[in-house]
Amino acid sequence: MSESTVASPEGGAPKVSRISEAVIRIAGNSQDGIQAIGGFLARLAGRSEQEVMTFMTIPSTISGGPSIFQVRIGSGEVLSAGDEADVLLAFYQHSYEGHISSLRKNGIVLFDSDHVEPRPEWQNSYHHVGVPISNLTIEAIGGTARDKGKNIFALGLIARMFDLNVPKLEKLIQERFGGKDESIVKNALTAFHAGYSYAIGDLIETFRFMDSRKKGSQQVVMNGNEALGYGLIAAGVRFGAGYPITPWSDVMELLRRELPKYGGTFVQCEDEIAAVSMAIGASYAGRVAVTGSSGPGIALKAEASGWAGMAEVPVVIVDVQRGGPSTGMPTNVEQSDLNIACFGAHGDSPRVVLAPANVEDCFYIAIEAVNIARKYNVPVYILSDQSIATRIEAFPEPDLEKVCQDITPDLSPVAEYKPYDLSAEDGVVRRVVPGTRILNGKYPIATGLEHDEMGHPTGSPKLHMEMTAKRRRKLQALARTLPTPKIYGPSEGRVLLVGWGSTQGPIREAVDRARAAGDSISSIHIRTLSPLPPGLEEVFSGFNHIFVVELNDSGIYGYGGQLASILRARFCNPAIRGINKTDGLTWKVKEILAAVKAKLESNGSPA
Amino acid sequence: MSSITDIPARNSNPAPADVERKPLTKKEIAADHPTWCPGCGDFSVLALYFKLIEKRKLWHEKITTIAGIGCSSRFPYFVQAHGAHFIHGRALPFATGISLSRPDLHVFVFGGDGDAFSIGGNHFNHTARKNIKMTYVVMDNWVYGLTKKQTSPTSPLGFRSKTDMWGAVDYPINPMKQAIAAGATFVARTTHSNPNHVLQMMEAAMDHDGFSFIECLSECVEFYEGAFDASNPRKGGVFKEVPKDHDVTDELAAYRLASDPFPGYFGIFYRNPKPTKNAREAEIIRKSREQVQGLKDWEILQKTFDRLK
Ligand SMILES: Cc1ncc(C[n+]2csc(CCOP(=O)(O)OP(=O)(O)O)c2C)c(N)n1
Ligand code: SF4
Ligand SMILES: [Mg+2]
Repeated sequence: MSESTVASPEGGAPKVSRISEAVIRIAGNSQDGIQAIGGFLARLAGRSEQEVMTFMTIPSTISGGPSIFQVRIGSGEVLSAGDEADVLLAFYQHSYEGHISSLRKNGIVLFDSDHVEPRPEWQNSYHHVGVPISNLTIEAIGGTARDKGKNIFALGLIARMFDLNVPKLEKLIQERFGGKDESIVKNALTAFHAGYSYAIGDLIETFRFMDSRKKGSQQVVMNGNEALGYGLIAAGVRFGAGYPITPWSDVMELLRRELPKYGGTFVQCEDEIAAVSMAIGASYAGRVAVTGSSGPGIALKAEASGWAGMAEVPVVIVDVQRGGPSTGMPTNVEQSDLNIACFGAHGDSPRVVLAPANVEDCFYIAIEAVNIARKYNVPVYILSDQSIATRIEAFPEPDLEKVCQDITPDLSPVAEYKPYDLSAEDGVVRRVVPGTRILNGKYPIATGLEHDEMGHPTGSPKLHMEMTAKRRRKLQALARTLPTPKIYGPSEGRVLLVGWGSTQGPIREAVDRARAAGDSISSIHIRTLSPLPPGLEEVFSGFNHIFVVELNDSGIYGYGGQLASILRARFCNPAIRGINKTDGLTWKVKEILAAVKAKLESNGSPA
Repeated sequence: MSSITDIPARNSNPAPADVERKPLTKKEIAADHPTWCPGCGDFSVLALYFKLIEKRKLWHEKITTIAGIGCSSRFPYFVQAHGAHFIHGRALPFATGISLSRPDLHVFVFGGDGDAFSIGGNHFNHTARKNIKMTYVVMDNWVYGLTKKQTSPTSPLGFRSKTDMWGAVDYPINPMKQAIAAGATFVARTTHSNPNHVLQMMEAAMDHDGFSFIECLSECVEFYEGAFDASNPRKGGVFKEVPKDHDVTDELAAYRLASDPFPGYFGIFYRNPKPTKNAREAEIIRKSREQVQGLKDWEILQKTFDRLK
């Protein structure tokens, strides 16, 4: 908790401190609705023009179990969900004992004294504040609801503790529970007020956030899966197909619910092969369609994605990565699908691979993916991951009128059409889709066999060479249009951290912290993993060490993970090495910094 | 943050209106000369597809011809119309993507027995049960033709192939029963050696609003010569039509017909229209759009975003 001014204690009452940010970790069981508290806090921050980032873990079993939700709210820039919590709210003994280590020294542990027995040996290191949350909730709500609602009671406690905007919270509660049984809203508000009026200020200091630096901007608050789903809709996608799997399912459920409003549809298929085939079929029929999956489902899409590359039919494939291989760690994060996204089909199979850097980027990258797919007629992978999918962020509201696009196919007749025209500039042909009359009477076949310019099969070595080159040239043309990633920090120095995907925040925070401590360190973030953007060689030349920070294994040869390997192959630069981990959790800033230090000490030799 | 890739609009070309158009001739519908072995049963299926297009005055651009992989699946190359030659076994989901997003097109799918019932077996079941509007003709030759004589899921017991040199030991599936059990709403059987019947079945299938399935026996002269002689009067066999009094809406009766041993019956076994997925999805769309009447797409999304503040 970064404190600045400390208000003078009034009349002996505990003080009120002005803070610029706070990290609150809520630990309980998933069935207690702790995600709801986190959601309220995140949404409130969004409405209060603050920055916010959340992090959560959910049990992979249906019956529930231990779960946490961490919220970091800041009046300034928030880049990660925070390494250490300032406040731990613990509902059970296991939550208390399991998460006290995530609390900073002298942090506040607020616990449900009906369930938690504080440990004497921790009393000196942390401020312990016990509140009989369960019993007070039962008392407040009464009836048969038992302690259901204790999450909202706890929200009330937190609201008092951080002097949060009560009318805004009440409104959020009403919005969330409104539409249901009248008594549910009433009970929730009662629980909230019971928590709020509990005199927590008598027990500990309370806090007040400083005014946000972002004043005036309208924000929307959502998680990465939502941003991705809405981005696809904004992009004009009106057809999708998928098969349920965590953490991708949310995207498909959202599209299933929302697309009909726009005249579109989403099909739940018998399996992922059907899903990718159906999406490609719909794309072939005119409008770029989407499919997606996680883990094993991505492997199943390989063959069809190769067809899309060969037949030059666009499709967007969303991969919400989770821990692998195989069923792996379904509710954990990993960045280990870069290889399958880049190389996961047989043959010289062209594809484009993009990875969003944060929740906001999920929205915009979806639009970009659709537009690259339809311009270059290639499969485009979007590599999201479990952490970005489930974390909530607030970001400036997109200008939807500007951003939303109509990609209805043009079916007006054409004089002639060669789907695989070798003379087309950069190999890029504008597609003519079924339903279009072709006046010379020669119709195209979309095919996975090597073909001539009309799509008819050929065994000609010359044509195979020319067509292979044509498919490659499209990607080279795309690469030329890509911007060189901006360097975060000075363009010369000792260490350059290279990241991709959801890890941008913690990497930047690591740079900030290391630079504040006097280290010479910068970072870049690569959004287009395949093809790579131009200019990286020059960027790399400004640094002695290039550390590629990834949530995947450091590889057989020990010099780095999946992106590091691609960069080494591309640039033959031994200064490129990896900083990797495979614990299934997001990077903590201190982990990155410790790894950088260790790498520098082990200079040169593979870790 | 978004770099909207701009795609130039196409110049539209003036084209004569449909009313002035003459029905397509066989010459206009035929594309590449088929690469099939001389005498292959698939020729006759192709010829009758041309006939269908001619007779029913279908335009090039109003149909799509889709296939997976196999000898029979080469079909789209031989038809002068929009078409796709997709991957082995997955033609049905691909065709579903077209059918659901383009109600203005007739979707025809052609393929082999391996493509349909082995690698594509599960897709067959689900496309049938979802009752996706399309016509699917399986050219059943009881063998893998393209890969040169391996056992297929319809190969009879005892069939000697390169993978069953002692004769096939796995029980074959019965495509008719498979289709009926999966919930197909139109199930018919025909054979390449009776052209009029093939055309009749194709027409009925095309007119069916739903998933229409035809098993068309189509002899592989290369690897399973004479397989269907017993159904061909010219080869001393019998062509037994579905009895006139068969009730095509009676699922059990259809199943019983399908149990008749080879050569069995030919004709429509089952036809029982019920709402297609196409129609059901259109209804969901209609209802959903009632709530957003008069709004532009971006305004619909704006309403959602307003709730995410
Ligand atoms: C994924 C995949 N596996 C295997 C093959 C090889 N293959 C091509 S066609 C075929 C069988 C074709 O048999 P069928 O569907 O009965 O068609 P037919 O050639 O008899 O008309 C096989 C196994 C392939 N193309 N793709
Ligand atoms: S191998 Fe058999 S199925 Fe294939 S073309 Fe020849 S005869 Fe027809
Ligand atoms: Mg066959």
